[in-house]
Amino acid sequence: MEERYRILIGKPGLDGHDRGAKFIARALRDAGFEVIYTGIRRTVDEIAAAAIQEDVAAVGLSSMSGAHMRLFPAVVNALARAGGGDIPVLGGGIIPEEDIPALQEAGIRAIFTPGTPIDTIIDAFRQACRQHRQQEAG
Amino acid sequence: MQPDALVRGLHRGDARSVARAITLVEEGTDQGMAILEKLDRERIDRALVVGMTGPPGAGKSTLSAQLIAQLRDRDLRVGIVAVDPSSPISGGAILGDRIRMMRHALDPKVAVRSMATRGRLGGLCSAAGAAVRIMAASGCRVILLETVGIGQSEMDIVALADITVMVLAPGFGDDIQAMKAGILEVADLLVINKADQPGARRLHLDLAAACRDGDKGGQKILETVASEGQGVDELLDRIFLLEEELRQGPGMRARRARSFELETLDQALELLREPLRRRIRDMEGGNRDPRRLAREIVDRLVGRKPGSTAAGGKHGR
Amino acid sequence: MADKKDPRLREWEEQELAASLARCPERRQRFTCAGGREVERLALPDEPDDRYCEDLGFPGRFPFTRGVRPTMYRGRLWTMRQYAGFSTARASNERYRYLLDQGQTGLSVAFDLPTQIGYDSDDPMALGEVGKVGVAIDTLADMEILFNRIPLEKISTSMTINSPAMILLAMYVAVAEKQGVAAEQLRGTIQNDVLKEYVARGTYIFPPRPSLRLITDIFRWCADHTPLFNTISISGYHIREAGSTAAQEVAFTLANGITYVQAALDAGLSLDTFAPRLAFFFSAHSNLLEEVAKFRAARRLWARIMKERFGATRPSSMMLRFHTQTAGSTLTAQQVDNNIVRVTIQALAAVLGGTQSLHTNSRDEALGLPTEESVRTALRSQQIIAHESGVADTVDPLGGSWYIEHLTDAIESESAELIRQVDEAGGVIACIENGFITSQIEEASYRFQQEVEQGERIIVGVNRFQVDEDMRVPVLKIDPAVEDEQVRRLHQVKAERDRMQAETALSELEAAARSGKNLMEPVLAAVRCYCTLGEICGILRRVFGEYRD
Repeated sequence: MEERYRILIGKPGLDGHDRGAKFIARALRDAGFEVIYTGIRRTVDEIAAAAIQEDVAAVGLSSMSGAHMRLFPAVVNALARAGGGDIPVLGGGIIPEEDIPALQEAGIRAIFTPGTPIDTIIDAFRQACRQHRQQEAG
Repeated sequence: MQPDALVRGLHRGDARSVARAITLVEEGTDQGMAILEKLDRERIDRALVVGMTGPPGAGKSTLSAQLIAQLRDRDLRVGIVAVDPSSPISGGAILGDRIRMMRHALDPKVAVRSMATRGRLGGLCSAAGAAVRIMAASGCRVILLETVGIGQSEMDIVALADITVMVLAPGFGDDIQAMKAGILEVADLLVINKADQPGARRLHLDLAAACRDGDKGGQKILETVASEGQGVDELLDRIFLLEEELRQGPGMRARRARSFELETLDQALELLREPLRRRIRDMEGGNRDPRRLAREIVDRLVGRKPGSTAAGGKHGR
Repeated sequence: MADKKDPRLREWEEQELAASLARCPERRQRFTCAGGREVERLALPDEPDDRYCEDLGFPGRFPFTRGVRPTMYRGRLWTMRQYAGFSTARASNERYRYLLDQGQTGLSVAFDLPTQIGYDSDDPMALGEVGKVGVAIDTLADMEILFNRIPLEKISTSMTINSPAMILLAMYVAVAEKQGVAAEQLRGTIQNDVLKEYVARGTYIFPPRPSLRLITDIFRWCADHTPLFNTISISGYHIREAGSTAAQEVAFTLANGITYVQAALDAGLSLDTFAPRLAFFFSAHSNLLEEVAKFRAARRLWARIMKERFGATRPSSMMLRFHTQTAGSTLTAQQVDNNIVRVTIQALAAVLGGTQSLHTNSRDEALGLPTEESVRTALRSQQIIAHESGVADTVDPLGGSWYIEHLTDAIESESAELIRQVDEAGGVIACIENGFITSQIEEASYRFQQEVEQGERIIVGVNRFQVDEDMRVPVLKIDPAVEDEQVRRLHQVKAERDRMQAETALSELEAAARSGKNLMEPVLAAVRCYCTLGEICGILRRVFGEYRD
């Protein structure tokens, strides 16, 4: 069975700049992923609920407005509350390097700062999905 | 999660269980198969599957969003299976229907699943039928089935749905001729959306003429302005009315039987694809004509003596 | 030589130019290069032919290709307007007074996302977002702090606010009242361009049609009360930032403009009353020559649209006046000093393209909000262009370049075709609903990004000429305690205000919203008694509904 992964890309909070998120969604599609894109202005609970309903292998979050420190961990928590704590969360956007350790501590699997090559991002998703699938099988 | 736990969970309406179960079936696993066999048959029988089809731009998405809202107003559990095409090049897909479903994300009585066609031609994916059954078993009273609406997708929906609704809009009038005439007759309800726009009247007349259904033609056509919520109530009433008619008579059972046959046939052909491919490669046709080779392979498969078929061979006995 | 002067040139000199010089003399008696050579005001072909006059013409005269004013920067430099605002009104106020001291000539206010989307700082939707991308404004009290000790009659203020623009404008007017400044004296702009929000920026609240009503209510009220205030800044910047091409930026911006003009006409306003106050806002991207051509094409196209489609007769109704911001999306997190060079090229493009006002980005904006020092450098870039480079001493210096003129023609023609397609599809609102505009932008954005990813398009420091670097540039961090402070102050204002008054004002607002009355006065009444932005928007959400993707 070839590797086919379902992932969800979402923008939590009020930020409306979706150019980056849309590009990544398309690039992931071109790399063979099935991408569920939830659009802008989603609450963390909505994103978590959708991720669970769609049984995705990973969640990708985008933030361009500086609210990532609160919003990304909040999604991780919302997923856990809704019974999806095993789903890895990856994040990207306008995120200063110094925020990365705190985000990782809060449970974000990988962070993509501006200028990260798309291939790096795709690999990270593939890794996360693969691990998730192995966990579920085991 | 073990299949039994999943089965229990999905019958309880647990979103995660429903979701996982669908994935297991979609991936073709044994667990998926096991789950399908344990689904509550009564609930499946009781649920209504409504197929939404029609060309892009007619407002199908808006209309189905309104239908969902109406169904929720009537306190019914709803399921939606939305299918988008996979890229033939990469095999990936953008499953975009989710965006307008987000308003229901926190409503536990709405189940949504976005699926990709995964190389299957036609509008649906091979696990769509199973997804519908799983949602029905989880308690959904009505399940909406949606596709992109181009190519052969209408016939796919008709095969799977109990009731098929085709959504059109003024401005597509010329396309009625171009449209495969079959679908207009096979669809149960024809909805003229954006009925407030010029051309709606004309379209209504054209459709009525094209239907050639006698007096049934009139009952088949409805008008809505989905963006304003107009006509949606009536459409839902008509759908339930039609359902009742079908259940009281032999209609529903006949449709389900046909669905069953089509899906089984479809799945069987899917399963045969790989083994047949291998067979063909192994046999290295040589100078043989493809039609000859095909017949030989099938004869061997069904245990028929090669060369024993006459002109009507392809239908067997 | 003077006797053989083209009559059209002479006519321009005697009419538009003379009038302009009388109103606003040039900054100098003579403009010279070092060494004394005089710089000519406007370089022209020796014999301007019909084609020249029709397509290029003279600055300050239809079709305005070469500029909207006869003397352009010789008379007055563009306004140097740096966008700023973050955390609290008090901190923003300090940054504004700093910039004014440093020579900035106008203020530009950025609001945080909850404010832009009509939520109070204590709303659950605002959590984590208060004060992050701009200043948080919940009530008139915050506005008073924001403009403390800033004389509103002497300053021009541009507010980047769209869906709740009416409320922020009302607050601005109310603050002026308290300063004893009459509304008629107020200068500035509100962005107030909701149509682009649906396709490029995302801070919409209500659906398109009620939003248009709010906009035309503002047009009407301001025509009567604040004649010097620009009531809309029809924006292409965000469309470009979302990934569109230059031609798409022009096309969709002008298409939105057409929609606003039509809405105003449908609401009974007369063209020549509101058209002169329409303003535009574009991006300045990195391809300098394409950008210069883009600005010229936009001016010419808009002038022709106003004249031919809407029958405008007053020159000021046909002029496309615009603010420019250098393109944020071109800034890199790698080797941030390179961004100063990028911004300089982009600013130069805007000036050579004839912008009326300009914001230059700071070098560290790819990483977060800029430091005081970076903002100063960004401002200095403009000042160096203005005073040292010489490009401001002559009008439309690139005019007549074959490349620039061909490119101007090409962009005008491509944009006009896109506008035609939008028209054919039923107009902008229809194209928002059916996704035409969004998909055009997405396609262009994706194509560009792929080119970068494949290395076909070089971004210095990112896919070529990289260095190993420690990307820890000092960035202004917003203290999370700011949110708490803002919420605390909000509650205090609510506790101290006259509750009866506030409630009455809100219910009168609701009645007016349902009845179709102009909402500006009811909103003014509400802000004066310290109703909150969230309360006012809550009423409007109830009446108009919310737009959902």
